[in-house]
Amino acid sequence: MTPAIQDHAIVGDGRSAALVARDGSLDWLCWPRFDSPSTFGAILDAERGGAFTIHPEGPAIVSRRYLGDTNVLETRFETPDGACRITDAMIVAGRDEDVLLAEHELVRRVECDRGSVRLEVAFEPRPDYGRKPPRIRNRGALGIFVPIGAGVMILRTDAPLALDPSGARAALTLAAGSRLDFSLSFSEEAPAVLPPLGRALDERLERTRDWWSSWAARADYEGPYREAVVRSALTLKLLGYAPSGAIIAAPTTSLPERPAGDLDWDYRFCWLRDASFTAYALAALGYRDELRAFVSWLIHSTRLTSPELSVLYDVFGNRPSGERVLPHLRGYADSRPVRVGNAAQDQFQLDLYGEVVEAATQFARTGGELDRETGRLILGLGHYVVENWERPDSGIWETRRERVQHTHSLVLCWATLDRLIELSCVHGVADVPCRDFERERERIRSAVHERGWSESLQSYTSTLGGTEVDAALLRLPWYGFEPADSPRMRGTYARIERELGARDGLLYRYRTGDSPGEGAFALCGFWAVQHLARCGRTAEASRRLERLLGFANDVGLFAEEVDPATGAALGNFPQGFTHLGVINAALTLAEAQGRRKEAA
Amino acid sequence: MSRVDLGAWLVWGFAATVVLTTILSAAQGLRFTRMSLPFLLGTVATRKRDRANVVGFIVHLLNGWIVAGVYVAIFHAAGEAGWWRGAILGTVHAAFVLTALMKVLPGFHPRMAGEHSGPDVTRQLEPPGFLALNYGVATPVWVLVAHVIYGIILGSFYRVPP
Repeated sequence: MTPAIQDHAIVGDGRSAALVARDGSLDWLCWPRFDSPSTFGAILDAERGGAFTIHPEGPAIVSRRYLGDTNVLETRFETPDGACRITDAMIVAGRDEDVLLAEHELVRRVECDRGSVRLEVAFEPRPDYGRKPPRIRNRGALGIFVPIGAGVMILRTDAPLALDPSGARAALTLAAGSRLDFSLSFSEEAPAVLPPLGRALDERLERTRDWWSSWAARADYEGPYREAVVRSALTLKLLGYAPSGAIIAAPTTSLPERPAGDLDWDYRFCWLRDASFTAYALAALGYRDELRAFVSWLIHSTRLTSPELSVLYDVFGNRPSGERVLPHLRGYADSRPVRVGNAAQDQFQLDLYGEVVEAATQFARTGGELDRETGRLILGLGHYVVENWERPDSGIWETRRERVQHTHSLVLCWATLDRLIELSCVHGVADVPCRDFERERERIRSAVHERGWSESLQSYTSTLGGTEVDAALLRLPWYGFEPADSPRMRGTYARIERELGARDGLLYRYRTGDSPGEGAFALCGFWAVQHLARCGRTAEASRRLERLLGFANDVGLFAEEVDPATGAALGNFPQGFTHLGVINAALTLAEAQGRRKEAA
Repeated sequence: MSRVDLGAWLVWGFAATVVLTTILSAAQGLRFTRMSLPFLLGTVATRKRDRANVVGFIVHLLNGWIVAGVYVAIFHAAGEAGWWRGAILGTVHAAFVLTALMKVLPGFHPRMAGEHSGPDVTRQLEPPGFLALNYGVATPVWVLVAHVIYGIILGSFYRVPP
């Protein structure tokens, strides 16, 4: 049986990521890139997906943790006869370190601490989402070679593995004080580097631990819930693609938002809707290099399609290939279809424009320099908004229904023009026609005030003239459109709580269309925390944040959604949007408590 | 033997090397092969991947120039150049690289693992194997094509003075 979504933890190297389950099974790995076809995909199909399993025979009590503030995972198994632990990590190194490393390397080290443990090892790669049979070749001292696409995966180990056509296996006993090393590497660009085991592997693991520790120590945050904030920052870093600065939404595809349902999407791409949230979190935590890289990626990507923006891009800013179904995979817990690619890229969403301009503004506010060409680019976004803000769109939730005018999207159009005026007047970035933009900005404000507000509901509504609310309305104060403690926002918050509240601080994002059966949207609860903090209701905000953090799994990770009935994780995992919510909720709370200055 | 045209050697040696490097780099970039002569040459001098590629690229260009001198010497010994002579020399050159050179490479490359001894702390690079097939089944084809074109360029444009 496939382990639950929340039973997984993530390791990665800033270009790819793997999910390891509590039972010691490596259930998800796409090399060389996040959006490459999976080689281990048991999370989507235990039979066909492929896994690399190391676990004790028989029952075991399992506990796990990340080693301090790192992304090195330790899983401990207590069995009746002994105890062992598995350390999982993808090897990373600083740019200036004088070392020759494999293009990608995932290390799995098993150490027996007490008694003896009977272990089962099964290496079952299934390239191309399990569509291709593995061609496994034992090359003796060099390792076990498996061609993957144009590259080669190499398993090196000191365990005596027996090869068969579908993989390599061992059943062996590990005594106290002894250990086994497994090095799984991948090369595609050049002759492979074959990572040595033993002491050399000690050094690589040590270097990886040090790299993550020193990266985490740079987080400029001493406020409440620091542990959760740092874990979220570390997770966000794992979702970053180091060569370009892009940050993907999640490293998985088709983990269902509705149990055994069809809300299964591919999230291994970069969404512009997260842009301002991401920029704010990076700036506030002091990760200036990451902020610069992210904004550079944002500008580069949007330049390719400017002035129109695509909903999502791949890690190099290109348009991903179209959405396809993989009918041969059963899907997580029989949730079909399994999709790769995401058709949301063809949607029209007006909120993106505000997100990009807002992110650029936050970069400028923290001293970042935007050149003239970038100024022209974002000015083009402003002109596009002026010409198109009255068009209906698909909105932030990307519902696959008829387009309508979304209140949240219009507020982002307002924010686009408002920030461009700021960029021009304060930062001298773009030569903005301020009067025209001010006039249009006021027209948008009037439209939202008059048609996005319902007197009968005493709330802003999801769509102009509509009668329903969605949780994105909680973000209106974030963009400076309306103070959080205004009567209108108080009314909106109350309405959202009443209509979208789940339990323990959780919120559904909306309750219409394809919503029935899906979980509570984890991020929305954190938006509510921010709202409360901005209203000065800090004790309430703190209590709510604490309850929401209780929905993280045992190593502090969140999926996109939470099943309110069971607390189980739903949707792709771990989800960057949710972890941004954790960071920004804690930051806003700390600011409201006077424990730190507002970042931007 | 007639006098060597040094200028033509340098110009066409450089041009042929650039084309050879471009073909092999394109084949690598398009994922037809993992063979990277600059990477293999550069890792003799440094363990840093990025620096190895730069160092190896420079060494590879110089190598191409020097080897062009061998082609020029053979053209002079034969009394004339010509594209088909260049193509034959390129074929022999590629065969030498793929068989003899690749076989002995683990012996003198300080960071290359042996086929039988495996990697250690210093020697970690995958050995190329016979015909460099370890770097991909298409590797010998691309190495052959690149070297034949290298030879054709030299043979076509270098003139042995009468």
